[in-house]
Amino acid sequence: EITSLLSLCGGQFSGEQEIRVNSPFWILNIPSEEMARGLMKRTVCAKSIFELWGHGKSAGELYASLKNYPTDKMLPYLQSDSTYKVHIHTFNKTLTQAQKIKKIDALEFLPFKGKVNLKNPEHVFWILEDYGMDPNDVPEEPIHLYFGRWIADGQRELIESYSVKKRHFIGNTSMDACLSFIMANHGRVKPNDIVYDPFVGTGGLLISSAHFGAYVCGTDIDYNTIHGLGKASRKNQKWRGPDENIRANLRQYGLEKYYLDALVADFSRPIWRKGILFDAIITDPPYGIREAPRRMGSQKETVKSVERSTENHFFVSSSYHLSDIFFDLLKFGAEYLVMGGRLVYWLPIYRPEYTEEIIPRHPCLKLISNCEQLLSSHTSRRLITMEKVKEFKDQDENSYLLDGQYMPYRGHNSFREKYFSGVTKRIAKEEKDNQK
Amino acid sequence: PRSPQAAEVRVRPVPFNAAFVSRLVPRLRWDALREAAESLGRPSELPPEPSPGYEADEEFLRRLHHVLLEVEVLEGSLQCPDSGRRFPISRGVPNLLLSEDEA
Repeated sequence: EITSLLSLCGGQFSGEQEIRVNSPFWILNIPSEEMARGLMKRTVCAKSIFELWGHGKSAGELYASLKNYPTDKMLPYLQSDSTYKVHIHTFNKTLTQAQKIKKIDALEFLPFKGKVNLKNPEHVFWILEDYGMDPNDVPEEPIHLYFGRWIADGQRELIESYSVKKRHFIGNTSMDACLSFIMANHGRVKPNDIVYDPFVGTGGLLISSAHFGAYVCGTDIDYNTIHGLGKASRKNQKWRGPDENIRANLRQYGLEKYYLDALVADFSRPIWRKGILFDAIITDPPYGIREAPRRMGSQKETVKSVERSTENHFFVSSSYHLSDIFFDLLKFGAEYLVMGGRLVYWLPIYRPEYTEEIIPRHPCLKLISNCEQLLSSHTSRRLITMEKVKEFKDQDENSYLLDGQYMPYRGHNSFREKYFSGVTKRIAKEEKDNQK
Repeated sequence: PRSPQAAEVRVRPVPFNAAFVSRLVPRLRWDALREAAESLGRPSELPPEPSPGYEADEEFLRRLHHVLLEVEVLEGSLQCPDSGRRFPISRGVPNLLLSEDEA
């Protein structure tokens, strides 16, 4: 998420140290404070950002490092006419007030000239102490210490304010708020962009893009969901009221003006006129677990309908193979995204058979990132981010269709069976154990 | 391009955003848009072509904004120019699904 956001703010960055997977602290080199603030206005992953003045593996190292920090960089924030406060934060340990004060006092050697103001200081300095990741094995001394000037906080409160629990209109597979913000950030969504979700459902993914100022639209094959009809997915709710639909969801957050349109359509069929349309495509296609992937086909199959909607219903039938969904999605992205535009989607994975080669590819799209979220011991989904780097030409359209290397994902078509296979095996084993 | 026919149209105010409307212009099929506006009873609002320098022409952008974002077809239909097939619009949502024998 951070890399995408930094490139959105116009910067490159280099990590001063390798990302330690098991640490909540990360040192970055960012060219300007403005860029750091820009980053924090978007991120839901990062809690806070500081201008690092010193750090070390022990208190001694920290103080030595601080003494090496150029004084002229410190002075603008330590002026006698300014106010400040020092805050100490310990990760994975609680200190008594007395202990905290002792540590803050140890920094007296720093040239603080200003006045202390605990309520409303101009500058806040933080001592950050890292006591590791194991709550059952907390060391006496911190394993790493940092000292810096607080610059900004991230957007983690969005997770609560946009929580699906409070949302008016949800579906079986509505994305949780945090993930939907991360997806919008991976998509580098910016104000005045046009964002499209071809499997829009109740519009959860569009909400985060609208929050960042993009105009949003979506399509879905399910008539009931787009119109807000039928049984509500929220427990204890009988039916979706007349005001339940994507537009109503946006209205709940004051984002109604970003609603462009919603259509009932089958993604496997062409409906758009040729040419560039979208800045980003952000979506969560059906994997066939809780909602079955569907497309229009030739068999008849009745759909349970609710009052008022029968003659507009069409019959749904042949299964939309998972690998075809991604094939269509990448092709769609290649054709309809602006150059540099992003496609962000979830790819369900059967872990025992996963290799990196299985990620779908397209000659016009470059893979930017691939992040796993575990669903069960043998399944997960991966958040795939791709960027359009090459213009789409008609001859591209079919030339790679036959090229097996672009779609080795086909083996995952039976994802549904594989997902449930672990369950059935476990049930069989339990029964066997019970019989012993 | 699809020619809308409207049985019921609604006009709803949406805050004007010049930058956004401006960005849309290169992505529009201008003739199709004009034709659509015409069939909804708003012919004179859009010029035959966006003129150079349209980004700074607030009057033009506001008209475009009105047609694109503020005028909605609630009930009606869209027609495919190739096949002539009509797709219904109900409660503001077009339904582009084909029936089982057409697929």
